[in-house]
Amino acid sequence: MERTSDTDLLMTRTFRAPARIVFDAYTRPEHVRRWWAPASRGVVLVQCEADVRAGGTYRYVLGSGGEVVAAFSGRYLEVERPTRLVYTQVFEAFPDAEAVVTVKFEERDGMTKLVAHERYPSKEALDGAVAAGMEEGARESFEQLDRLVTSLRG
Amino acid sequence: MIETLGALAEPTRLRIVEALGRRPRSVGEICDALSLGQPQASKHLRVLRETGVVEVEAKAQQRIYSLRAAPLRELNLWLERYRRIWDERMDRLDDVIEGMKEEENRDGRKKRK
Repeated sequence: MERTSDTDLLMTRTFRAPARIVFDAYTRPEHVRRWWAPASRGVVLVQCEADVRAGGTYRYVLGSGGEVVAAFSGRYLEVERPTRLVYTQVFEAFPDAEAVVTVKFEERDGMTKLVAHERYPSKEALDGAVAAGMEEGARESFEQLDRLVTSLRG
Repeated sequence: MIETLGALAEPTRLRIVEALGRRPRSVGEICDALSLGQPQASKHLRVLRETGVVEVEAKAQQRIYSLRAAPLRELNLWLERYRRIWDERMDRLDDVIEGMKEEENRDGRKKRK
């Protein structure tokens, strides 16, 4: 993951599978349910709906201990299975900071490189998203940060 | 901590925190620096104070706000954690993809039989 400018994040990962499998794993709710939330830390997707076509919408809701932690939603702008996906992404607590995410699936020799580019409307929106993104990290992370803050304060 | 991070995830509050990261300021100075109205600034400062991000000290006729937790203005630290969330998520996606591959191989063999 790289912050390429005040408003842009770039992330990549290579998978040992053809693009059509990676694309489906990335987009189809029955697969997304199994990887999007850090279930081992008690955060699960309590809602996961996606109408994966241009103009279609999606909504992912994270919950922990019966409470909603965060909700993300947006609209698909371009859907070209299995090579390219463009969608908007809103952390619903802060609807003004809508990002546009472009995901490319580059297949080569049976491997697929996933390249995700997030563009935010402003520096503040990206900073806010990074802070908000941590909410998914669940209590373990927060406790670690809390300890760090406490130790630095003292 | 969830409340703290929620408080900081609001763009205007984050700008206030960044402004206070440079030095403590009065409400008036915050309003001037960020072109905010006083009621708006006060509302955000109240949230930041309630969540423990800032503290306030009365000085002469003014109330001076300052940051309580130095690391919270270190956005690089946040990015580090955001990166970890992404990496872990991609690890889980990798597991799902491996499972899908296996399933496809199994189905493929069945079809050929």
